[in-house]
Amino acid sequence: MSDSDPRSPASRVVDAARHWGPAVIVALVALATWQLVAWGFQMPSALLPEPAEVWQAALEHRIELLKALYATGLAAAAGLLAAIGLGSLISVGFSQSRRVRLALFPYVIFLQTVPIVAIAPLLIIWSGYQFRTVVIVTVIVCLFPIVNSVTAGLMAIDRQWSDLFVLYGAGRSQKLARLQIPAAVPYLVLGAKTSSGLAVIGAIVAEFFVGNGTDYDGLGTLMTHWQGFVKTDALIAAVFASTLLGLFLFGLVHLVSRTLLRRWIDVGEAR
Amino acid sequence: MNEPVPDDRPAAASIHCRAVTVRFAPQAVAVDRVDLDVSSGEIVALIGPSGCGKTTLLRAIAGLQPVTGGQVELDPAAIADEGQIGFVFQQPGLLPWATTLQNVLLPLELIGRGSRPQRRLAAEASLASVQLADATDKRPHELSGGMQMRASIARALVTHPSVLLLDEPFAALDDMLRNDLGRLLLSLWQRQRFTAVMVTHNISESILLSHRIAVMREGVLETVIDNPLAWPRDPTQMRTPQFAEFFGVVSDLLRGPADSPQPETRGGAS
Repeated sequence: MSDSDPRSPASRVVDAARHWGPAVIVALVALATWQLVAWGFQMPSALLPEPAEVWQAALEHRIELLKALYATGLAAAAGLLAAIGLGSLISVGFSQSRRVRLALFPYVIFLQTVPIVAIAPLLIIWSGYQFRTVVIVTVIVCLFPIVNSVTAGLMAIDRQWSDLFVLYGAGRSQKLARLQIPAAVPYLVLGAKTSSGLAVIGAIVAEFFVGNGTDYDGLGTLMTHWQGFVKTDALIAAVFASTLLGLFLFGLVHLVSRTLLRRWIDVGEAR
Repeated sequence: MNEPVPDDRPAAASIHCRAVTVRFAPQAVAVDRVDLDVSSGEIVALIGPSGCGKTTLLRAIAGLQPVTGGQVELDPAAIADEGQIGFVFQQPGLLPWATTLQNVLLPLELIGRGSRPQRRLAAEASLASVQLADATDKRPHELSGGMQMRASIARALVTHPSVLLLDEPFAALDDMLRNDLGRLLLSLWQRQRFTAVMVTHNISESILLSHRIAVMREGVLETVIDNPLAWPRDPTQMRTPQFAEFFGVVSDLLRGPADSPQPETRGGAS
């Protein structure tokens, strides 16, 4: 098994084209359809601007968009990291005590099922119109996939491994540190990947409320602001920016996970 | 220069199962009043149809499966202390995030035996004994199936156990690897003289590697038969008429009492 890639650069380009080509073609077809609909139906710009108008609006508002991307990205990343830390701790507690699991797991499910738009105003009353509130909302949105996944990983231990630790008289802490936590890492990665997309959604939803009448910079704030002025082209540009942010965060988690999982399984199998 | 972990084990222990019973439910008796004695330094092969309770009995001997009746005694009893029983599982069961050396070090670290350099020396020696001295830094996915099983044997033997329990260790391997690992197990036994119980489905393997063969059926130990094959053992013995004749005897036993005459048996069977 070799670490080096025996393929030539040319064949790798061909492989990449084969891999990404269909998605690029779909994007181009969607753009062309959008342009045709805008032309063909003589849609007013306020309702459906042309792609070029959206691009123009993005350039025009690039400073605001970049600032908002930074603020939302920071809140989403902070919320995701906090959810990973908090969720992992909760999962360790769940894996160590059936009683704790039975008592608290329903409330973790509650975090998943409660409509975030319903509790965001409440959180603002408690935490204020600030960055912290956006992070809290993001944590709430991201927590369930992490807890669900990591708890499963900590508890789904191969019987042979458990037997091995019992045979050599391993204590609970030895089993946790040497077996359960390492075994749960791939599950943590899976949960983090799921939550990375949710983190951006959580941050933007929180900003809809936090940015209301304040100088908070964020994509959610910009969106409500531009919606108020019917700046549809800028609004669509903000939607694209938030999508890119979600993709960026997912890609970042994917890169970190590939590095982490290199120790667990052959990276080729992880693709 | 660091000294390896001192080999302070007593002479290999003997195993005494007294009316051992394991029930998973009132009507589900996995092991039914099994009496079995395994002498010090003896290898007993445990064979029988799938689901007959072989693995459950083996786990009960290891202390991994609580018994619902009877008892398992080890003599001397102190060998039940951590590290004196080695277990080779059906699958290698190596931790995928650890290197081969780290996997073999694990039992010593869990029982806290020896200093760190001593543990490393012992693990390296154990890996060398299974011809894996060059694989210390490899991870399990970089090893072949046979190498993984050898690493698993090295892990079981790193504590110099008095008792070695093997649960169909070579079941997933092809015939050639199975023979190689059988030969390796015999050479390890020649050096360490542990007491062993090996669960297997393979009649040839059970004959080649054991002093006695115990046949189980539906949770009951039906018979224990002496293995007449001469020691030292070698896979070439599998081509002898004596091996073929004994193979027939064991096959008849596996087929059951209704289909074949009962062979002469020795004490220890229930």
